[in-house]
Amino acid sequence: MEISRRETLALGLGAAVLTMLPFRVNAAVEDSISAFTGGADIADGGVTLTAPEIAENGNTVPIEVSAPGAVAIAVFAAGNPTPGVVTFNFGPLAASQSASTRIRLAGTQDVIAVAKMADGSFAKASATVKVTIGGCGG
Amino acid sequence: MASGVKPRVKVPKTAAAGEAVTIKSLISHKMESGQRKDKEGNVIPRSIINRFTCEFNGQMVIDVTLEPAISTNPYFQFEATVPEAGEFVFTWYDDDGSVYDTKKKIEIA
Repeated sequence: MEISRRETLALGLGAAVLTMLPFRVNAAVEDSISAFTGGADIADGGVTLTAPEIAENGNTVPIEVSAPGAVAIAVFAAGNPTPGVVTFNFGPLAASQSASTRIRLAGTQDVIAVAKMADGSFAKASATVKVTIGGCGG
Repeated sequence: MASGVKPRVKVPKTAAAGEAVTIKSLISHKMESGQRKDKEGNVIPRSIINRFTCEFNGQMVIDVTLEPAISTNPYFQFEATVPEAGEFVFTWYDDDGSVYDTKKKIEIA
């Protein structure tokens, strides 16, 4: 069987799509994020997520989120058994829309922060954290 | 989990009117995630603090929803505006229905 130039190209394209798929169909995270946004579009930028590049202990990973003008910020961990991590709702006396805390990560994964702005739009930021020892026990 | 829970909060004693102050809060709690198993392989049931709020003179500063992915001894740092002298009220809500709270007064300097 002879493979033409066109078929070779198509095969290569198919392979590339296949390798990208696992990142796209991370259903649990997508579901939790759309539960928070109500399915609205999410823009990039406007949110700052500070997380360490490498965390030696996944049981306590310090993170900080900040989004000027946000009414709420939700944090998700794509590789945890349950993707939801924390939701900050800012009240009228919050001096800045920022907060820091410590979270558990099961392994190396992306941490995603989604902010709900005062005008109802959404913005997000993500960071990859390498975890040496996971933090979910047995 | 009613034993050994001790809330700790760090708030400045004085502030200028309208000033933003940094607040640090910590509560000792094991935050059992519901993912771990004991020696016999049985899942240890989830037992966490699921909500934390901070109010100043009845006005909300921050209302946090916690999931099992929050570390043991949940720690939060955030900023609050102090418009007048008054009292911060910090409240933690446990899965088992317990509510822990602590209060801190702040003066205008």
